This record gives sequence, C-alpha cells and structure tokens, in this order.
Amino acid sequence: MSVDLKAVRRIAHLARIEVTEAETPHLQSEINAILKFVEALDAVDVDGVEPMTSVIPMRLPMREDVVTDGGIAPLVLANAPVTEDGFFVVPKVIE
Amino acid sequence: MTDLTSLTLAEARDRLKSRAVSSLEISKAHLEAIERAKMLNAFVATTADKALEMAEASDVRLARGEGGPLEGLPIGVKDLYATRGVHTQACSHILDDFKPPYESTVTANLWRDGAVMLGKLNMDEFAMGSSNETSCYGPVASPWLPPNWSRDRARAALSSGKRGLLTPGGSSGGSASAVAARLCLAATASDTGGSIRQPAAFTGIVGIKPTYGRCSRYGMVAFASSLDQAGPLARTVRDAAIMLRSMAGPDAKDSTCSPAPVPDYEAAVGRSVKGMKIGVPKEYRLEGMNSEIEALWTRGAEWLRAAGASVVEVSLPHTPYALPAYYIVAPAEASSNLARYDGVRYGLREPAADIVELYEKTRAKGFGAEVRRRLMIGTYVLSAGYYDAYYVRAQKIRTLIKRDFERAFADGVDAILTPATPSAAFGIGEKGSENPVEMYLNDVFTVTVNMAGLPGLVAPAGLSSEGLPLGLQLIGRPFDEETLFALGETIEQSAGRTALPEPWWE
Repeated sequence: MSVDLKAVRRIAHLARIEVTEAETPHLQSEINAILKFVEALDAVDVDGVEPMTSVIPMRLPMREDVVTDGGIAPLVLANAPVTEDGFFVVPKVIE
Repeated sequence: MTDLTSLTLAEARDRLKSRAVSSLEISKAHLEAIERAKMLNAFVATTADKALEMAEASDVRLARGEGGPLEGLPIGVKDLYATRGVHTQACSHILDDFKPPYESTVTANLWRDGAVMLGKLNMDEFAMGSSNETSCYGPVASPWLPPNWSRDRARAALSSGKRGLLTPGGSSGGSASAVAARLCLAATASDTGGSIRQPAAFTGIVGIKPTYGRCSRYGMVAFASSLDQAGPLARTVRDAAIMLRSMAGPDAKDSTCSPAPVPDYEAAVGRSVKGMKIGVPKEYRLEGMNSEIEALWTRGAEWLRAAGASVVEVSLPHTPYALPAYYIVAPAEASSNLARYDGVRYGLREPAADIVELYEKTRAKGFGAEVRRRLMIGTYVLSAGYYDAYYVRAQKIRTLIKRDFERAFADGVDAILTPATPSAAFGIGEKGSENPVEMYLNDVFTVTVNMAGLPGLVAPAGLSSEGLPLGLQLIGRPFDEETLFALGETIEQSAGRTALPEPWWE
C-alpha cells in the first residue's frame, strides 16, 4: 500500500500536526518508504495466531478502590502555559 | 584528580566505603570532567549544586558507616526520566521548560540507594533515533575518534557542527558518550528497540535492557509502552549489575511492573558458565553481513565454549519480520502516547484562534522531523480501515517472534548469542537523510528482544580493524538477567577490558 498527497494531509490532520504544502511531497515519499519496508509482513501466514496483548504473562494487579492521590491542583497546573483561577485556559471551543 | 573518573563504579564504591576518598571529591572530579567535555554535548543540564549537596549528605552517612549500595556514587540520568524540579525534556522542544513535580521510580530508587545526580543526558527526541541526531539539543559526539583522525581535526569538528565525528549511537547517545568519556560512573538509559544496547556497542561499554516489567516505567517519558524498558549503561558488567539491582523492583505505580523481588545481580558476576547451553540463531547470519562482525560473533562463541559452555545452532524463523513489525507497533503506540502533547497542560504552546489550530501548530513546531514522521505512520496504521491490515497483523507476528524464542529456551538453551549491531559506529550526518529506513536497520539484531520482552545484554568484545569498538549481545529467558551477567562477564574477561579513548576533547 502507499499513500497519496491527499492521504498525507488527512493523516497529518488526524495526528494534529500542521504540514505545509511544501513539505507534503517529501513526507509522502518518506511514509511510502516505511510502508514499503513493512510490506515484508504480508508474506507471513498469521492464520489462527493470537495478536499479542501482553509480552510477559502477568495478571493486571488490582488494588483497593480508594483515593490515593489528589489535592495538588497547583502542582498539576504548575507547567501549564496559560492558567486562570486554577484552570487551564484554551481558545474558545463552543460558540 | 582525573584518576577518580577512571574508577569503575565498583572500585569507587569500595573506596568510598573504606573512606579512601569522599563522595564530594569524586563528585567534584566528575563535575569538572563534564565542564571540560562540554563540546561532546553529552549533558543537556548539569545539576552541580544538587550533586554537591547529595555528595555531602552521602559523606555524612558514609562517615557513620551507613549508606545504601550506591552511596556517594555520581551518575548521569537520561533526559527521559522525570526528576522532580529538574530539567526533564526527552530532548524535545515540545517539553520546553518542563519541570516535573514528581520523580520517576527508577531515579527515586537510585537516590534511595545513595547515588548522586550529576545532570541530565542528551538523547534522541522522545528516544526516536539510533544516532542521537534527532535531539533538539543537537548531536552528541562519541569519545572515540574516527579512524585516522587527529586530535586537532576532531577538536575542530567539535566546534563546527560535529560532522564526520562518530555518533555514540542512540537513543541513549548522551548516556553512552558520558559513560565512555568518564563523565559519570554510570548512567540510566532506556531501550525500546535497541537504545541501550546499540550505544553500548558503539562506545565500547556495557548495557542491559532487562526483561519487560523488571523496572518500573513510572515517570519515564513514554515512547512505546509495550516495548519501553529502563536499564543502565556502565563501563563493566559488574557495574551494570550493581546499577540494575538498584533501578529494578516492584512498583504499585506501574501495573506492568513485576512484583518479583530483585536478585543480587552482582553475585552472578563471576559465576561459572560451565555446562550452559548457548544458542546461535542461524537467521541472524544476514546476507552480505560485515565479515568483521561475523568473525567477532564466532570468536564470542569460542570464548564461551572455552569457559565450559556448549554452543548449538538454533532457529528463530520469524527474525526477518521483527524490524518491520516494530515499525508498525512502536509508531502506533507513540502516536497514542504523544497525543498528550497538546499545548494545554505543559510544554510548548503556539498561539492560535481555535483549539484544533492550537494543537496542530503546537505539535508542528514542538516535534522534530523524525517524531512527526513516526506519529504520522502510527496514526495511519491505527486509522479506520488499516488497523487490521497493519497493527493487528504486526501484533500477531509479535506472538510468532516470541514463540520462536520460547521454543529455543524450551529446547534447553540458557541464552542466545548474537552480534549487537550490523557495523561499528558511523559518522554524524552519514545515515538516514534520504530514506529513514537506512537508520532503522541499525536495530536489526536488538529489536527482536523488545518485541519478545526478553532481557538483552551487550558487552564490548573487541575492536574493529579500524580500531572502533564492537559488541556482542546475549539474550536471556524472561527474568533471568543473572545468566546474562555471568555470560557477559565471561565475554568481558575473554575480550580483555576495552581501553577507552584518552580525552582529546579537553
């Protein structure tokens, strides 16, 4: 499989990465080089093979359902580029 | 004072314990070495005040006959580990000015055991790279001189873009360069497809990626969560064992972290390898393989045989598919993990009129070219209509890769011996500019180990005809790092300690 320029723009939008018209053809050729590289996988017979979900057989541990953290709003906000009254600030989302 | 930086971690530990030297002396000697090696670009942040404070506290404990297993030993930390209140950026612009209000479990374990933090080490951006060239701080130079280069030529290159100097490998390039250049006694690193082991091979030092789940991933900047694992880089197998024992261990903050207690890895160093069965996988004998690498591999097998192990050929038939499958799984997980960098909660933010534009502009500016490329690949293979063809198929192949190893181990093989890299270190600016796949091929021998979650150790095994270090890799059963340390030390002893380069950069 390979991607065309339209697909590159669509993928960039899905990944929320702005791409300029000028860089699209270059990205297309790089993505297609990688897709060509992974084409080798088509040769493998995977019928009846379970996809891997956990590389080490380990049961997900459960813990008591209690609050173990919290009350640290200033720390949560400490690295935010813009805050106001204890909130993250973003451009208006709803008209 | 320079001799204090030439000690191994174990030697320094023993001298500190016997009070022959103080942590303050040893930490200062390293801070001075870092200062003189600035041009290598191995450290992206130095925490001198913190180091001196920690060293003084260690000296107080040592004077009382107290202290942990790493008491007073100065180490470096890869920029991917969250260190409370200290520069933590994974060498990406998108984390400009980020200072985490929390500490990673691995570094917390090291400080608990008395280690002293010298600073944060350069790396490929978000650990995506094999040469440390994708870092937003620029490339790191290896302390190894390119073949036939004079000191003067290398020094001139250091101050003009570093082109032609050797890369220390990546993504843990800063860690490898710093350890090989004796700027720290050891360093933390991380490995998603070979990022500990390839730099170890390129710089003539030791690195181990332990079993998935051996170290907690809490507070490590995530790349591909099912593959990422912490591990140390050090100058000897013993030093790597000492480091890993402190780094590893159960952690309630990471649900994939193993509850199994950590063995005393150092006790395994020097253990006899007599009677062990070592597998040599025929699929690793690639067509057109570098003859020096092949000869090194054969020599490694002979060393182990001479030490009393038996060497048998094994088959890992799905090996050729590991790298392509990796370049689906890793970018897919990265595209999900790195969705968090949105310009809202931390890091860089580009002004925009609406929220989508804010995301797109922030991420376009904050991520470098390699990261953008991988995020787009990952987004594509997870997108509607392609998920089964790419992602699910790759995860099925991963099952087959793991099964190959399980069969070899079930046949009684204790560990598997392979080359670490397809070649010795290459030059900065030499690879991957035309086709990204050229760079990816560096991980051909290491990536299978991440795909199967197994432990892999790289030990220096000698020099190429051009005088550059080459490494061998040992792959073990899950949670059997001890066997790797025993075998690794046998290789180290048989090859003879690699003499690290004299400091031409000072």
